[in-house]
Amino acid sequence: MIQESFAAGNSPIHRLNPTLRVVAAAAYSFIVALAHGLPTLLTSLAISIILLFFARLNLKKVFQRFTVVLGFLLLIWVILPWTYKGEIWFHLGPLAITRPGVLLCLEISLKSIAILLAMITLVSTMTTARMGHTLNRLHLPDKLVYLILITYRYIFVIEQEYQRLMRAARIRNFRPGSNLHTYRTYAYLLGMLFVRSAERAKRVHLAMVCRGFSGKFYSLQENTRGYQNWVFALLMSLSLLGLAILEISTPAILI
Amino acid sequence: MPDIPLFTLTNLNFNYPGREPVIKNLQLQFYPGERIGLVAPNGSGKTTLFHLIMGLLKPTSGSIEFLGRPAVSEEDFAAVRQKIGLLFQDADDQLFSPTVIEDVAFGPLNLGCSREEAREISLKTLEFLGLSDFADRVTFKLSGGEKKLVSLATVLAMKPEVLLLDEPTAGLDRKTKTRLIEILNGLELSYIIISHEFDFLKEIAHHIYTMEDGKITLDEELYIHHHEHAHRVGAQPHKHI
Repeated sequence: MIQESFAAGNSPIHRLNPTLRVVAAAAYSFIVALAHGLPTLLTSLAISIILLFFARLNLKKVFQRFTVVLGFLLLIWVILPWTYKGEIWFHLGPLAITRPGVLLCLEISLKSIAILLAMITLVSTMTTARMGHTLNRLHLPDKLVYLILITYRYIFVIEQEYQRLMRAARIRNFRPGSNLHTYRTYAYLLGMLFVRSAERAKRVHLAMVCRGFSGKFYSLQENTRGYQNWVFALLMSLSLLGLAILEISTPAILI
Repeated sequence: MPDIPLFTLTNLNFNYPGREPVIKNLQLQFYPGERIGLVAPNGSGKTTLFHLIMGLLKPTSGSIEFLGRPAVSEEDFAAVRQKIGLLFQDADDQLFSPTVIEDVAFGPLNLGCSREEAREISLKTLEFLGLSDFADRVTFKLSGGEKKLVSLATVLAMKPEVLLLDEPTAGLDRKTKTRLIEILNGLELSYIIISHEFDFLKEIAHHIYTMEDGKITLDEELYIHHHEHAHRVGAQPHKHI
């Protein structure tokens, strides 16, 4: 279900301190999301590509990750240019393509690609477990962190449970169709899945209590220290500062 | 045998809301060094008994004493849980951390060990069980038998004095069962084991009790015995009850 295809690796990015990476990714995403200047966005795209280069990821898999977002972007490109009001740029058959519409599409595309790339290279290069502990270290609420860690652990078990229920239905010749019987069966299945998951949650909690759990989650993992972290922190801060300055000094794509 | 029992259950009663009592006036004194097998039909309250001992369920009436002191509050039971390790029926309930080492270290960390101590204890426990290679494996990708042994490791890492094992052999193949027998016989621990398998219990339990009418009884008609016989697919794991 959850494939951590980028988590394994030994690139310079993988070796960086995860806390630093999460903070850098968050700060970077903020700045890029708030930017409106074409030079800023192009520069951030370049920064993301440089990061991707250092993470040495399988480009084919990165592209696969992108397909979902590309679908959305395609939708935007199909609809926005002729629905957004503004100065008309050219006519495409019966449709009037507006300049602001196209520019807006460009802005959205650049932003999403830059942010997504940065997230893939900086955040998805750590395991979900690692990310949970990192968020814990960043003082995010304990409950939120448990939610991530436990969901990650049990989503597989719940899926297995679902498969088991589905098999039980199938061996009795259940064939989904569009009729009330199918809907009812799926509703039962889903309901049963909820009940079982709740029961399991109860048992897991008891098992945790048996081992002295009292609400605090401790982590075994130690974060790496080393000069690379400082270099990365410095470069990233400089890039962010550069982006901010660039953004202030250049006009927005859409005025 | 020392005079103080590890724990004493006196006149214990328990029923789930709106249902018939499962535990009725149960008495049990458990001394250090005892190794008890518990055989009883499904629904006779064995698992409930374990949960009562651990303080996961509160008895309707009756008392639980641990080392001569009554255990009532959640705090009392927190101390009890350090000394008594409960192995759950379903290993998936017990292993909730992403990696094996983290799961084994969970107990020691909760007991206040430092990160290094916890890691060391966990690695030693895994080594003792012959699971050293498993430390960095992902828990949900283990096989059933591996999960069982790892969950035993998570319990042993807390250095308990008593083990409560709830059907530890359920769904295990013969090889893993043999491993389990070796491990249990190599431990200097007292334990109570719920199981339906006489072949397994005779290897590891000194006494076999049964539960009847909400009470623990020594059933005179049950006794440990040897017999050899042959039948088809006898080499496959199976039960004779």
